[in-house]
Amino acid sequence: MSATDASSHSTVAPSRFGWGHVARRAEAVVLPLGALLVGFGVFAVFLLLQGKSPADFFALVYRGAFGSAFSWQNTLSRAAPLLLAALCVALPARLGLVVIGGEGAIVLGGVGAGAIGVLLSGVPPALALPVMASVAMGIGALWIGAVGALRHVRGVNETIASLLMAYIAIALMNHLVEGPLRDPASLNKPSTAPLEDALRVGNIPGWDVHWGLGFGVLCCVLAWVLIDKTTWGFAARIAGGNMRAAQVQGLPVGWLIIGFTALGGAVAGLAGFFEVTAVHGSANASLAGGYGFTGILIAFLARHNPLAIIPVALLLAGFEASSGLVQRRMDLPDATVLVLQGFVFMAILISDTLFGRFKIFAPERWRTG
Amino acid sequence: MDTDLGYWIIPLAILGGAIRVSTPFLFVSLGEALTERSGRINLGLEGTLVFGAMSGYGLAYLTGSPWLGVAAAACCGAMFGLLHGIICSLPKVNDIAVGIAMMILGMGLAFYFGKPFVQPVAPDLPAISFGWWSDVPQIKAALEVNVLFLLGAGLAVALWWMFRATKIGLIIRVVGDSTDAARAMGLRPVLIRSCATAVGGAFAGVGGAYLSLYYPGSWNEGISSGQGLMAVALVIFARWNPLACFGAALLFGGAGALGPTLQSVGITQGYYLFFAAPYVLTLGVLIATSSPTRAMTGAPGELSITK
Repeated sequence: MSATDASSHSTVAPSRFGWGHVARRAEAVVLPLGALLVGFGVFAVFLLLQGKSPADFFALVYRGAFGSAFSWQNTLSRAAPLLLAALCVALPARLGLVVIGGEGAIVLGGVGAGAIGVLLSGVPPALALPVMASVAMGIGALWIGAVGALRHVRGVNETIASLLMAYIAIALMNHLVEGPLRDPASLNKPSTAPLEDALRVGNIPGWDVHWGLGFGVLCCVLAWVLIDKTTWGFAARIAGGNMRAAQVQGLPVGWLIIGFTALGGAVAGLAGFFEVTAVHGSANASLAGGYGFTGILIAFLARHNPLAIIPVALLLAGFEASSGLVQRRMDLPDATVLVLQGFVFMAILISDTLFGRFKIFAPERWRTG
Repeated sequence: MDTDLGYWIIPLAILGGAIRVSTPFLFVSLGEALTERSGRINLGLEGTLVFGAMSGYGLAYLTGSPWLGVAAAACCGAMFGLLHGIICSLPKVNDIAVGIAMMILGMGLAFYFGKPFVQPVAPDLPAISFGWWSDVPQIKAALEVNVLFLLGAGLAVALWWMFRATKIGLIIRVVGDSTDAARAMGLRPVLIRSCATAVGGAFAGVGGAYLSLYYPGSWNEGISSGQGLMAVALVIFARWNPLACFGAALLFGGAGALGPTLQSVGITQGYYLFFAAPYVLTLGVLIATSSPTRAMTGAPGELSITK
């Protein structure tokens, strides 16, 4: 992606402003948006084939996700973990790595935060909460950083390794929550002991949405600064474009890989921290709610741009928030959202082939017949 | 009877479990080996497996014939494979990412259409008993071998022979090793890869039908727990050799049978950790067989994970 920006052509002087610049930038917005609409279109046809009305579906989604203050609140609190989970995919992706095991870091980060939180009862929240968050982030960083390290040191395929690690993490969580860390009082749903009220993360004042959203947006902005404005981000983008060239240039490719995967894992671990402290109040199987997997789709839709993750995560959170209403009203199975996500994901990947095909996005080709 | 055998029951149950659990691994890994030999990687076989399980179960329930179910699963798998193959033929499309999307789409469609089949009971696939010589029920149970397992073993040998000694096998290997060489020979790499992916998808669909029609033998949303994905790693471990895939599938099946076996003899301590055994084994095998220089013996030259 960044490589095409750099190759300025002689016919048009590269300017930061003006139509040429707008056109170049527009490609990365228009094509994914078009793919999103095509994905929705295919899904609409799918619904029509079942004899269901797509218009009703999208109207209900709008009502369930963005129609009222309550639905906005529901959407926004689901967006919080999705923002962080998507970053766990997008950060390594800038190095050309496809890491899809963010779910593992979320789950273990949550268990870590829950377990430490129980030990820290009585400690002032101003001290205990940062410790819990650091533990969650540390565990996440180790978990996904290990995937990066394996990739660099042993050449292990990071996609397969990270997903296997996610399965291992879920098994580990089940073991801990049903065994050593189980609160004997939790009968139906094995959980760690509930956190005391002082250690629960509250809402952003005046918003009715927990602080996870604020931190999620903050992390997206910080990740954008890291990638777009710092030398580390620049080095990572070079390595992502051509690993061999980066090595020849003397860039510390190994540390970049481990650093970016660990950072992604830390952010996903933070999502687990907020799920436990703000939503569930203890660590249990609800942590493996699939946020990590929806995050993959969000990152790809946002073309791994941290700022673009914010609106995309909001949209996908809206679909998840409205799924209950849609299922009840239209008598659709709960996998409907998964089908929609599948169609959109396919469309967005197919749209990759269209990049560079349209003259309108390439100012240097405007004048040639 | 348990007391007579004592803890001997554990290796016996693991052997029986290996034969039972390994069949889906075997079919998916053979399909993936075929696909990867042609130079593509299809991570979407997990979704194909789940959709195969649903469609196989659904059709077996509606028609009363488990074999029609298997055929339906194979057809659906081939369609998924073909879709993957065609999409990956477009320039600049990443086959690993398309696999992830196919995984989500396959599972989504399977859960969507599979909802009505969660309750009903479909007929099972037949099994052949090789334990007639023994009176011990555990041995009899362990040697109850499903027809699909034997079919899969035969398929492994057939594929091995195909790659080794036939023209089709040679064509697939050439396409997988070098697109340029294949073009120079007048072959059509895109077409051949798409066909190989489609056939590989059909195998994975059959593996899914085994899950829902024999072991565990019912359809629900948790039917596959990453077998489709583990099989992809298994192919690397087996060095793209169909015969080695057979051995690796048995090994992974044994690891998968560890948790349920220990639970059946009353060892429930750390049940969930034993449940993770196949994943840990897969990861360990992946670490051991990968190489820092990314050069793997026997790897198809055009494969994106080794390039």
